Amino acid sequence: MAGLARSGRPNQLFRNLNSKIASIPMILTAVVIFLGGTVWTVIYSFTNSKLLPRASFIGFDQYERLWAAPRWIISIQNLAIYGILSLIFSLVIGFVLAALMDQKIRFENTFRTIFLYPFALSFIVTGLVWQWLLNPEFGIQSVVRSMGWESFTFDPLYNSVIVIYGILIAALWQGTGLVMCLMLAGLRGIDEDIWKATRVDGIPMWKTYILIIIPMMRPVFITTLVIIASGIVKVYDLVVAQTSGGPGIASEVPAKYVYDYMFQAQNLGQGFAASTMMLLTVAIIVIPWAYLEFGGKKRD
Amino acid sequence: MTNISTLNTVAAATDAVATDLSGPRGKKPKKTFSRRNIILYGTLFVAAAYYLLPLYVMVVTSLKGMPEIRLGNIFAPPVEITFEPWVKAWANACTGLNCDGLSRGFWNSVRILIPSVVISIIVASVSGYAIANWKFKGSELFFSILIIGAFIPYQVMIYPIVIVLRELGIYGTLTGLVIVHTIFGMPILTLLFRNYFASLPEELFKAARIDGANFWQIYFRIMLPMSLPIFVVAMILQVTGIWNDFLFGVVFTRPEYYPMTVQLNNIVNSVQGVKEYNVNMAATLLTGAVPLIVYFVSGRLFVRGIAAGAVKG
Repeated sequence: MAGLARSGRPNQLFRNLNSKIASIPMILTAVVIFLGGTVWTVIYSFTNSKLLPRASFIGFDQYERLWAAPRWIISIQNLAIYGILSLIFSLVIGFVLAALMDQKIRFENTFRTIFLYPFALSFIVTGLVWQWLLNPEFGIQSVVRSMGWESFTFDPLYNSVIVIYGILIAALWQGTGLVMCLMLAGLRGIDEDIWKATRVDGIPMWKTYILIIIPMMRPVFITTLVIIASGIVKVYDLVVAQTSGGPGIASEVPAKYVYDYMFQAQNLGQGFAASTMMLLTVAIIVIPWAYLEFGGKKRD
Repeated sequence: MTNISTLNTVAAATDAVATDLSGPRGKKPKKTFSRRNIILYGTLFVAAAYYLLPLYVMVVTSLKGMPEIRLGNIFAPPVEITFEPWVKAWANACTGLNCDGLSRGFWNSVRILIPSVVISIIVASVSGYAIANWKFKGSELFFSILIIGAFIPYQVMIYPIVIVLRELGIYGTLTGLVIVHTIFGMPILTLLFRNYFASLPEELFKAARIDGANFWQIYFRIMLPMSLPIFVVAMILQVTGIWNDFLFGVVFTRPEYYPMTVQLNNIVNSVQGVKEYNVNMAATLLTGAVPLIVYFVSGRLFVRGIAAGAVKG
């Protein structure tokens, strides 16, 4: 409702001049950097730029090279495994923790503080801590072995087959607190009367959650999903800190591919093509959501 | 008034009915050690232990000497507490040829953090105010682009920004990095401020306009004094976000200006020399200390910040 009366005014360039001047940084950011930068990168992904961007177009060559590169394929596979599993686990763990927290428990604040503090830490710190915990010589593996289970093996960071799960563990530790908080906010938004009604009808609690509460929380779930998903595509620092992409190239991810090709291998064209693929991935996630969320109804 | 009071009585009546009906069942939770409670708190304590474990291991490891680390297990508390790893991490841990410790990264981060937080909040609060209260033709469109831009992976926009900064002659400097942080902080902060200003009673704004106050007068005399909490939330969001940044630091600064996170990674993941795990953990804790302090001090406001940022972002 706010501002409806004002927006109907005749449009003149000097009307609201102060507001326009104040918005210049925002307009520049939106148009030049976000829109212009993105379009620029997409256009230059069709060139054979090496050390410096050059406008000599070569069609889809960079993309063909990209999809023929084993390192890119591994990056995409890792992103898919990591993405799907971290979506499932963070939603499930986050929701279960939130449901437990919603039982009118004591020390709720303490528990929330504990679950959420990793989220305040950077991915670099997270990666380095878990690198240490998963160190096979001194970490969890050696502790379990010293307790008598000699053949116990848990060295994800040194085993190229399971290295991505080692990264997943660290990511879940860092991020589930946030999901828990979002879910808890969603649960608190549900009308008390629903609970009373189901109690009157004698429906067991787990059934209420699955059949009534979760469907009611659909918007919360979708928003959380989009937040997690767009974070997953960006995953970079965590891998750099925890494994540097190793062993070999087993834990490479697309964001790291982009950085390495742009700033280390001096093959800008490849970097632009890879980053355009990242953009495409995000678009596939975000556009349907934005359409569902904002397309049908008008905001405000 | 009558309406509200009838509603209240109706609500009270339904409440009474509900409590009446659930009466016989209601007694169970009174037992402290019911099976339900044991499972509930058991699960919560196990989960809490899992979340606390890495912090505990960091602290414990950073207080041990290297011989003790080699012999003992990582969960054991230190037999002999030593603060040497902390001193070494701060003052003379090596990155490449430089051996002046994390302190340099810390001060770089401070020098990046303060202007970035201040400038990004000023710019975003004014933009949010303009969009919420002084809509002009196209303002909603620009705002939509800004919000959609928040979802674009940074990797897509990094190189164009490098070019712009290079043209301006500030690529590799702290100024450049401050601008980058301001740019990427803008979507979330503008949204935060817009929503907050839009939620303030419109009558205030109208009354001020009738009294002849202009754009800046209303901003400084009415909006600003009323929105201290949202400024605190924005500050928490930016302090933790900018301190924890790694990608922008690595891309947009020269090695002598590297922020703490980048330097930490270089210290811990350097290939030369013997690995000193206790020093590494002390360095990691030092880097994590700032956002952790912000988190523990700000408490509920932190939650509000991420909720506001996340739910509506």
